[in-house]
Amino acid sequence: MVKELKVSALENGTVIDHIPSKSVFKVIKILNLENYENQILFGINLESKKFGTKGIIKVHNKYFKKEEINKIALVAPSATLITIKDFQIIEKTSLQIPNYIEGIVKCFNPNCITNIEKVVTKFNLVPDQEIKLRCHYCEKITGKNNLAFI
Amino acid sequence: MKGKSLISINDYTKEEQLRILEIAKDFESNPSQNLLNNKVVATLFFEPSTRTRLSFESAVCRLGGKVIGFSDSSSTSVKKGESLKDTIITVSNYSDLIVMRNPVEGSARFASEVSKVPVINAGDGANQHPTQTLLDLYTILQTQHTLDDLHVAFVGDLKYGRTVHSLVIALCNFNCTFHLVSPTELKLPSAVKIHIKEKKLAYYQYTDLNDVLPLVDILYMTRIQRERFSDPLEYERVKNLYNLNKSMLEHTKENMKVLHPMPRVNEIDIDVDDSPKAHYFQQALNGVYVRQALITSILGLK
Repeated sequence: MVKELKVSALENGTVIDHIPSKSVFKVIKILNLENYENQILFGINLESKKFGTKGIIKVHNKYFKKEEINKIALVAPSATLITIKDFQIIEKTSLQIPNYIEGIVKCFNPNCITNIEKVVTKFNLVPDQEIKLRCHYCEKITGKNNLAFI
Repeated sequence: MKGKSLISINDYTKEEQLRILEIAKDFESNPSQNLLNNKVVATLFFEPSTRTRLSFESAVCRLGGKVIGFSDSSSTSVKKGESLKDTIITVSNYSDLIVMRNPVEGSARFASEVSKVPVINAGDGANQHPTQTLLDLYTILQTQHTLDDLHVAFVGDLKYGRTVHSLVIALCNFNCTFHLVSPTELKLPSAVKIHIKEKKLAYYQYTDLNDVLPLVDILYMTRIQRERFSDPLEYERVKNLYNLNKSMLEHTKENMKVLHPMPRVNEIDIDVDDSPKAHYFQQALNGVYVRQALITSILGLK
């Protein structure tokens, strides 16, 4: 099938599927794949039955820890994580927004110490339907609408 | 509580808060106790304050300790661009405890993470001012002999007033009923009301101060601040909405007391000052006892 030829199959590694197309570069940044030395393939604006279009990233010879991969749930909550060994799918999981987030998200409060001095941001997830992150420092809530990444 | 910084009121459990109030009571009956011999407390005030700074310094002096610090950062290396981190690390080498007020929100939490000695937050912007909350609790306890099941009215700027937010949250531990009086544009934020709802407590909202006067045990007045309004006309419209005067106290409960975190402008007429129901100057004095209690328990002396 033509569709499969677009991105070659993975022998060992991780496939991150169903990423919103516009978030692929953010995912690459959050996972620090810019500095990864093995092969990475990614696609953007691929056809998707579920979402219309989607992005996908295939990372050779890399398996992510749960807390590491869950960080991308903020930009790609619908993403699916597929673990591959010897061309076989070992596991397929969805992502969960972590309860504690360090150093990815910017606090939206301009008068927060993290926006004034060099301080690593820290947030705790507020239990709610929507994404709500309470800043560990200024205690203000950064919501879905003012979510920005460092 | 030895060695434990106080940044947000919720850093201390209800039991720890009550313990501080108990120690404060001891200081009220015996304010001069020589417990801080050879101890140095740094008071770093990056923005102006009368009551908070002076009551902290008075508390240290009455305990026989020494105070170093500044009340205006323009005479320090902060002016040369020194970071808060470097300032705090340096000062924590010179002192046993740091008390800090800084207009930047979250600065106190950050300071407590880089400091070698405990930090007491004396106000970080619009975020927290936990020692005010403790002295408010102490004053309520002092006047009502209990903190439980009281009817408490908050009047004025309930949207931006950090003292109101922290005190409401603290009172949620004591089964209070809240009467919230404010112009519609200055209502208590939902982020604070969440705490009331979580504890399944009752709250009522009003725009007219007269509606709550006969109902409450505590009338907590606040100042409506001009700088909160982008439209000066809007400020003019609301600034005189809530002026308490002596005649309004007639139909209030016998045990009712008027509190105010101060400074006041015109929300409490000076003719109220002589009334036995006025308790805001005593409230400011209580700040010394509560801060004595806090300093000595953090330093492990009480």
